[in-house]
Amino acid sequence: MTTSFLAAEPVRAAAGVLQSNAWVLIALPLLGAAVLLLVGRRGNAWGHVLGCATVLAAFGYGLALFASALGDPHPVRDLYLFSWIPVNALQVDFGLRLDPLSLVFVLLITGVGSLIHIYSIGYMAHDQQGRTGGANTERRRFFGYLNLFVAAMLVLVLGNGFVTLYLGWEGVGLASYLLIGFWQRRRTAGAAATKAFVMNRIGDVGLALAIFLLFAKLGTTQYTEVFARADELSSGVLLAITLLLLLGACGKSGQVPLQAWLPDAMEGPTPVSALIHAATMVTAGVYLIARANPLYTLSEGGQLAVTIVGAVTLLVGCVIGCAYDDIKKVLAYSTVSQIGYMILAVGLGPAGYALGIMHLLTHGFFKAGLFLGAGSVMHGMNDEVDMRRYGGLYRYMPITFVTFALGYLALIGFPFLSGYYSKDAIIEAAFGQGSWQGWVFGGAAALGAGLTAFYMTRLVLMTFFGPRRWENLTTADGEKYHPHESPAVMTVPMILLAVGSVGAGAFFTFGERLVGYLTPALGELEEGHAGVLPHVLIPVLTVGLSALGALAAWLFVGRRRVEVARPQRVSPVVRAARADLYGNAINRALVVRPTDGLARGLVTVDSRGVDGAVDGLAGFLGAASHGLRRWQSGFVRSYALSMFTGGVLLVAAMLAVGMP
Amino acid sequence: MLSLIVFLPLAAAAVLVGVPASAGKRVFTGSWVTVAAADLALVVAAWIGYDLGGGLAYEQRLPWIPSAGVSYHVGVDGLSLPLVAVTAALFLACAIYSLRQTHRVKSFVLLFLGLQTVSLGLFTALDLILFFVYFDLSIVGMYFVIARWGHGRARQSALTFFLYTFLGSLALLLGFIGLYLAADPHTFDIVALTRTNPLAGGELYGALVLLAIGVGLAVKTPTVPFHTWLPPAHTDAPAAGSAILAGVLLKMGTYGFVRIAMPLLPDTWRQYAGVVVVIGVVSVLYGALVALAQEDFKRMVAYTSVNHMGYVVLAVGAAGLAAGSDEQARSLAVTGAVTQMVSHGLLTGALFLLAGVLHDRAASYDMGAYSGLAGPAPVFAGVTGLVVFASLGLPGFSGFIAEFQILAGSLGPATVATALALLGILITAGLLLRALHRVFLGEARIPGAPESGFTDLKPSETASIVPLLALAILIGVLPRFLLDVIEPSSATLIGVVSS
Repeated sequence: MTTSFLAAEPVRAAAGVLQSNAWVLIALPLLGAAVLLLVGRRGNAWGHVLGCATVLAAFGYGLALFASALGDPHPVRDLYLFSWIPVNALQVDFGLRLDPLSLVFVLLITGVGSLIHIYSIGYMAHDQQGRTGGANTERRRFFGYLNLFVAAMLVLVLGNGFVTLYLGWEGVGLASYLLIGFWQRRRTAGAAATKAFVMNRIGDVGLALAIFLLFAKLGTTQYTEVFARADELSSGVLLAITLLLLLGACGKSGQVPLQAWLPDAMEGPTPVSALIHAATMVTAGVYLIARANPLYTLSEGGQLAVTIVGAVTLLVGCVIGCAYDDIKKVLAYSTVSQIGYMILAVGLGPAGYALGIMHLLTHGFFKAGLFLGAGSVMHGMNDEVDMRRYGGLYRYMPITFVTFALGYLALIGFPFLSGYYSKDAIIEAAFGQGSWQGWVFGGAAALGAGLTAFYMTRLVLMTFFGPRRWENLTTADGEKYHPHESPAVMTVPMILLAVGSVGAGAFFTFGERLVGYLTPALGELEEGHAGVLPHVLIPVLTVGLSALGALAAWLFVGRRRVEVARPQRVSPVVRAARADLYGNAINRALVVRPTDGLARGLVTVDSRGVDGAVDGLAGFLGAASHGLRRWQSGFVRSYALSMFTGGVLLVAAMLAVGMP
Repeated sequence: MLSLIVFLPLAAAAVLVGVPASAGKRVFTGSWVTVAAADLALVVAAWIGYDLGGGLAYEQRLPWIPSAGVSYHVGVDGLSLPLVAVTAALFLACAIYSLRQTHRVKSFVLLFLGLQTVSLGLFTALDLILFFVYFDLSIVGMYFVIARWGHGRARQSALTFFLYTFLGSLALLLGFIGLYLAADPHTFDIVALTRTNPLAGGELYGALVLLAIGVGLAVKTPTVPFHTWLPPAHTDAPAAGSAILAGVLLKMGTYGFVRIAMPLLPDTWRQYAGVVVVIGVVSVLYGALVALAQEDFKRMVAYTSVNHMGYVVLAVGAAGLAAGSDEQARSLAVTGAVTQMVSHGLLTGALFLLAGVLHDRAASYDMGAYSGLAGPAPVFAGVTGLVVFASLGLPGFSGFIAEFQILAGSLGPATVATALALLGILITAGLLLRALHRVFLGEARIPGAPESGFTDLKPSETASIVPLLALAILIGVLPRFLLDVIEPSSATLIGVVSS
């Protein structure tokens, strides 16, 4: 099916003024970043305006590009820019792939990106946390990093080969590192930033190996050639490549087993969490798998691994999300879980690529809206994140409440809102797999829907309803809480995102608009096989489970008093969930400690091994080094010895290899 | 042309000897910067005039000791021209950085001018004896730099450095003599030896010669287990000395592999390429792991050099493996190796100069003693951050281009080794970011809590470090100008090694 799609949709060269200048999309935010970071204090007064303007302009360009390509009978276009790494054997071109898949990402990144840039003007205006320079200097730096992120993310989705994708992939990693660690005086922020980058690097190693394998087997890494010649790869190589790409996706998208960095990333300012760690960067893994669909379609084993990772992650995210009291961490685990849905969808192969992208887009709206709402709550509550110290806030911040509530309803799949369409489609497709896979993946996805409703209802009840628990409390610096609504510069983006949360799903689904649009890039959407459950039953089941989850939350939280202090006598399940299902502990035990131990051990070998050996063999070498001893005997001996040892080892190795 | 480039610094030194030290330090540092800049300009001119064919250019041959088959024979090709350029650039950077030098300025400048001639000479030498003379003189020069301008246990570290690398160079000389004796007629000429391939077929004699040359070069590179001289030498050397040591002198080892060991002993090299690959991978992982546990910033950077040079060794080893007989991939690995030498020269040079800033302000390299320097010194933090990300192989910087080529080229011939070496980029990311975190983030703390606080980068420091970083970015974004020079020569080299 893939090969036939490629035959039907040949890649053509970009045409027209708009397409041949599409590099402007990337150049605008990149220029913004360069100016903001290099201009110094002079830019403090207008830095935020420039930061917003470049992204808005890129959004405008993206819209024009999108509109002009709508009637194009050949929507898959390649724009060659320059030869990046031109070596005889390895021709890596820098160019752009303009097709429906990259264009929807461009609109998501620049559209949601613009809203969050505007919101940040208000959010970062009075930034007091761990700042080192003046507020305006800090805000300029913030917008510089944010522009850098947008530019790198656009390189990631627009690049026309795996190496360009890797450039953007590492670029967003850098921007994410800078923004998580933005509050430089907070030690925890720096630690979280380092952790995020290093855990991402594990995934990057997978991605890099996949690219090297493609080069070794096909001699190219450009999409057009790789996909056209994918059937030349043996099934073993295909399996290896798809699994390695999946490892890359796990790192960037916070999927099990590389999920632990994403919740820690909430150390960054909230607009960062909304843009990078909810709406765009963390969905790059989904993009990667959807982009590489010609490879995955040829590898059943690769697809199965993707679905398993997605199903496991969506459940892990839900379970942990139920146990946290930190509003941003609940949303972070919710993101982990929702990306699990997307990964599950793209793992279903031609039956799911477009569905995964649809959920990615609707999620981009409502999760960004939820994070901005959480930021607005924190803004009005002295940066408090503990929901046990909230309560009854709907009266004090009505706009935040309404927009947040709409995002919440969209997320739990309330009928006819965005999430209802996109998530339900994934659950149906999962059940549509037939046999045991249908039961397992469909069951996990449906169960996840119920759990999602539980933790999100719990969050909304604890934050906006119930008694005002903050009234008798003070902040860490001893101040009273004075909850208040945020300024318009913050609420307007929230309102716009709420509109998307409500309508995007219906808009995309009506007339199969999105699926049809994406077909040239992702292939025809396959209808599920005879599923294990009748089609009509699935929406009923999903909505029923969600209602059950919401009801349970009301029974546990809404009806009962919420203690300000976190209860300590809890069941082992809750305890495990609070400890991130021991994800960090496992990492520490399996990776960090052994590596550190090995490093220390080698240092001992390095510094003492030579001297120790010298002591032991002093007699042996004594005669040889006698004449030199008058200089600095210890050194001569030890180095002569270590060279001698090295020489012996080398001779041994050469004999071992050289002997037939 | 080449002789002018090589001997211009020495000539300047000869003139400056006559100027009394009382003339003021400005005279010396100023003329050093001028000479280094002029020399770099000459190199750029030579680069522009270089024909991209892959052959030797600017060749010059004069009899020196005809009876022993020794001649003054110089020339450059795509393997050496980039290193000549990096050498000239780094010496200029060090000259600018040293404008603030106050201690025994005259002899410092004279010594560095001499070192520049020696380094440029080595990369242009096409005669084994000429190569060896430069190789040894570089050791002597660096010994004095460390011993007289170093800090801490400078004398001891300098002596260690001297003895170790000097013994290594003796092994090298032994190997050279072995080659000389095997050739008929006897000669030390690299071009002639490449053409005649006196030790075709390998055999034990060839293996011994390769062993001697290999040990000599491995000490200088350095690879595990011959690396133990490097950390103390770096830790106690002055900043400019460290930058030259890491940026230029280490390359003499790896350059020796592609200039001498591979083309002069092609059969033996193929036979033992597996050993070289293993040494490369061990150096990559060992260097990274030991660097991970360092508390001293400069020692840490020194060990990452072992790691980065390990990639070069891996690449030249993989290039000799006959197994995956894809010549193009192996040529890619060699191109990557040379690119890595250039990239490492620029970036590690910059890192050692930055370490010098740390020492200049608070006389300590102890990462545990610093904290939160991003507050008082944002430019220093930003530049260090960029160099660190470049050093850990972020795309858009030169290190990525180099490591990408090395690993992509080596994966075919040496699959397992390359996969293991990839773990190295994971560990280096961890250790370099940990260092950034410790030194630059958190509440500001400076050892000894000097009243003046921590001064941000001064003009001479910025002017010396930022251009190196800019070059690394240029190579990362538009590497074509560099790769077009290297690639034909590495294809030629692979042709020699394969036949």
